[in-house]
Amino acid sequence: MHSNASDIPVQSPGSPAPAPLSADAQDALKIVVVGGFGVGKTTMVGAVSEIRPLSTEEVMTEASVGVDDPSRVRSKTTTTAAFDFGRITITEDKILYLFGAPGQERFWFLWDQLFAGSLGAVVLVDPRRVEESWYAIDRLEAHGTPFVVAINRFEAGPGLDALREALDLSEGVPLVECDARSRDDCKAVLISLVRHLNDLYAPSPAREGTP
Amino acid sequence: MNPRPIDREDPDRLYTVTGGRSRSDEGIFDSVTLIVSECEPKAGMQSEHMRILRMCERPTAVVEISATLGMPVSVVTILLRDLLDMGRITVRHPSSSVADAQAHTPAPETLKQVLDALQRL
Repeated sequence: MHSNASDIPVQSPGSPAPAPLSADAQDALKIVVVGGFGVGKTTMVGAVSEIRPLSTEEVMTEASVGVDDPSRVRSKTTTTAAFDFGRITITEDKILYLFGAPGQERFWFLWDQLFAGSLGAVVLVDPRRVEESWYAIDRLEAHGTPFVVAINRFEAGPGLDALREALDLSEGVPLVECDARSRDDCKAVLISLVRHLNDLYAPSPAREGTP
Repeated sequence: MNPRPIDREDPDRLYTVTGGRSRSDEGIFDSVTLIVSECEPKAGMQSEHMRILRMCERPTAVVEISATLGMPVSVVTILLRDLLDMGRITVRHPSSSVADAQAHTPAPETLKQVLDALQRL
C-alpha cells in the first residue's frame, strides 16, 4: 500500500512486466486524464493505480498525418507522444486503464489512435495556467467525449466560479478541486466522472413524465 | 508527463523488427485489446515474438506490451498482427471497440461496476 503516491516513480520502459491480469480478464475500459505539462497527470494516475504507472509512446501513423501527396511521405516529420498509464481491477473480467496524456494540439492524434472508446476524460487543470486546458476542453466537447474538470490546487487562488468562467465551461460539466497526490481526492474525481456518465446516459425521469 | 526522446531508440531496430512495414491494418488492435498466447515460444522465432508470447501467458493489454518492450504502440501492433496471422495469439477486444465506437455508450451495469470498484479503492 503506497501512502504517498507522489513518490511513485514511473516504471521505465523495457523493465519487467507488472503483475499480470487475471486469466479471466475479458474487457478493458479506458479513462483518460488530460492536461498540460507538469500539471500532475502522472501523479493522479499513480495515486489510484494498482501498478506503478507505466510509460510508453506512440508515433503518429501516416493515416493520421493526412498527407495527400505520397511523394511527401518520405520527408514528413513524425510526432511522438509519450504517455503514462495505470490500471484498476473492476471485476474478475473487467479492468480499467487510466491514461495520463498531454493535452497539446500536436499530441491529439493519441485520441484517434489509442483513446477511442474511452468512457470519459478528466481534464486536469493548473489554476495558474488555465489557458493550457482550452484546447483539450474544446476538442472533448466537439468530439462528444464526456468529461469532468479537476483543478489541481497548488496554492490559494481563484474560486471555482471564477475558474468555470475562465475555462468557459458549460453548466453541465462537473468542476471539482483535488490534490493530485491524494488517493482519496483522485478517487473522488473519478467517481464524479462516473456519476456524470450515469446522469448523461440514464433515461431522464422528468422527460418520461414520471411524477 | 515524462517526455522521453524516442531519438534514443535506434530507428534501424524498429525498422528491422517490423520488416520495414510502417503500419498494421488499422482497427484490428485497440490500445487495450487483451492478448493471450496460444503457444510456447520456440527457438528460431523472432526475439520480439518470443518476448510477447512469454508476456502474454496471462491476458496482457497492447499498451502494457508496448511499455514492457519499450516500443511504440503502432510498432507492437505490427508484431501482434504477425502472431495473430500465425495463430500464436488470440485477442479479447474491449466491448467499446466492438460496436461503432462513436455511438457506443457503456452498459449501466458496467458503470455501476466501475463505481463500486472506485469506491472500494
